[in-house]
Amino acid sequence: MSIAVTTQFICFIVLSLVVLIGALGVVLLESIVYSAFLLGGVFMSVAGLYLLLNASFVAAAQVLVYVGAVNVLIIFAIMLVNKKEDLKPINDIKSRRIISTSICLTLLSLLIRVDLTNVWSLSSPENSIGEESTIRIGEHLFSDYLLPFEVASVLLLMAMIGAIVLARRDVMSKDISTGLPVDQELIEKSSEPLLTNKN
Amino acid sequence: MEYGLDLEYSFNEFLKGFGLSSEIAHIIWLPLPMLLVLVAAVVGVLVTVWLERKISAAAQQRIGPEYAGALGVLQPIADGLKLLVKEDIIPAKADGILFTAGPILVLVPVILSWLIVPFGQDLLISNVAIGIFLWIALSSIQPIGLLMSGYASNNKYSLLGGLRAAAQSISYEIPLALSVLAIVLMTNSLSTIDIVNQQSGAGILSWNIWRQPVGFIVFWICALAECERLPFDLPEAEEELVAGYQTEYAGMKFALFYLGSYINLILSALLVSILYLGGWGFPIPVELIAKFLNLPINAPFIQVFTASIGIVMTVLKAYLLVFIAILLRWTTPRVRIDQLLDLGWKFLLPISLANLLITAGLKLAFPQFFGG
Repeated sequence: MSIAVTTQFICFIVLSLVVLIGALGVVLLESIVYSAFLLGGVFMSVAGLYLLLNASFVAAAQVLVYVGAVNVLIIFAIMLVNKKEDLKPINDIKSRRIISTSICLTLLSLLIRVDLTNVWSLSSPENSIGEESTIRIGEHLFSDYLLPFEVASVLLLMAMIGAIVLARRDVMSKDISTGLPVDQELIEKSSEPLLTNKN
Repeated sequence: MEYGLDLEYSFNEFLKGFGLSSEIAHIIWLPLPMLLVLVAAVVGVLVTVWLERKISAAAQQRIGPEYAGALGVLQPIADGLKLLVKEDIIPAKADGILFTAGPILVLVPVILSWLIVPFGQDLLISNVAIGIFLWIALSSIQPIGLLMSGYASNNKYSLLGGLRAAAQSISYEIPLALSVLAIVLMTNSLSTIDIVNQQSGAGILSWNIWRQPVGFIVFWICALAECERLPFDLPEAEEELVAGYQTEYAGMKFALFYLGSYINLILSALLVSILYLGGWGFPIPVELIAKFLNLPINAPFIQVFTASIGIVMTVLKAYLLVFIAILLRWTTPRVRIDQLLDLGWKFLLPISLANLLITAGLKLAFPQFFGG
């Protein structure tokens, strides 16, 4: 094995380990803050895997979107609503666990099927585009993937409008979370129950 | 090879002379440029800290550091040594792991971004195809480090400062990326080398600042906001928030924040000079001078001369911008948080979007001036 191949192999092993252990940590850790930060680590290592596959643009986009936007948003939400309270015990925890396990196993089997049926190897080494991929992705986004691209942007716009409606209480006469009439004069003022519940 | 001097090639040949294989020679070569850039970044910080102290002093009609070395040039080294030997304190109720990881997460992306800063045609660590996009992606990691250190300090001022810093960083990333996008549109490439080469046609006249004046101003404002320089230094806001997310930090961990913010300032100044001020280009094209003096462009002497002119020009432009940033620090008052967010979302974002649209339109209308 040459040095370059060995380096690549070691990087692959390390990144995969980080992804697996980090993902387990995200699910299993008690502290939600740790989970959120670990999620960022998992996203970063996935970006590293993309880099190993010569897809530098996808790797950078992964970092920008998943680490820089999604993960930051998650951490923001956790830190703004960081309530220190114990979770209530759930009665039918067993049946819930069975359902979620079966869903996860179904997803896993689907992924394994994709893995086994897909032809992963390139037909010829010349087919790998490497650094050209940015241009190719742009061409695809504006030709055969135009409709999914536009639909995704409409979806994001809907989410944004929804968030604005939720955040601006003057749009609605009743508070969504508490059902109380909204104080139309002070939009910034937090509604009463939210403050008193905190003790 | 196309170019007369290739340091990597001669270095590898030199090592092969000792009987080493080309792969080992390559591995020995690899850390050298990285080390050089790291040293350059740290020396740049030392110079900037000294400039900051001296220019601040001049702006306030003081003398500034004077006793450490001639004109106080050794003052930043003394500062650094002081921070190095200070006790490393982790507050009793703070979260040790996150408290340590925060400053590292803030510093590492900034240093990694130096990967794409070119000081000349071949004088950069790696000419990656995604170039400037890599910087935008890397700088989006920083807010996580800020949030992490704000949260881990277990201090309400720190948490508030961290949240403010992250909010500011996220808001100003968008106009920043949009104004970079306008440049990329004109260059047809994300690579920093291509961006500079596109501006090298007619010396100072072909610099992007004339074609992208709005983009230049938006980028500079956003870069200052990303660096938390004074008109936008709310995350620290020492009068209101003590010092924001840095409150509980001392010793080397504080030094990492300090280093990170100054490296980021120099990096932003370098990127402004690369994107808008022609990078390593001399105001009059060097090729023109060589032709005028009847010198061959590929001769080693000319190569060394062009390279040193390139480095000098890049650093000069960057430090001019650093100077402007320091002057701005003492001439503009700090904005309020609502003014900051208003400026980012209601002013800079629409303006940079319009700038992008107009650039695209101009590119279609005048392809010879705005890149075909």
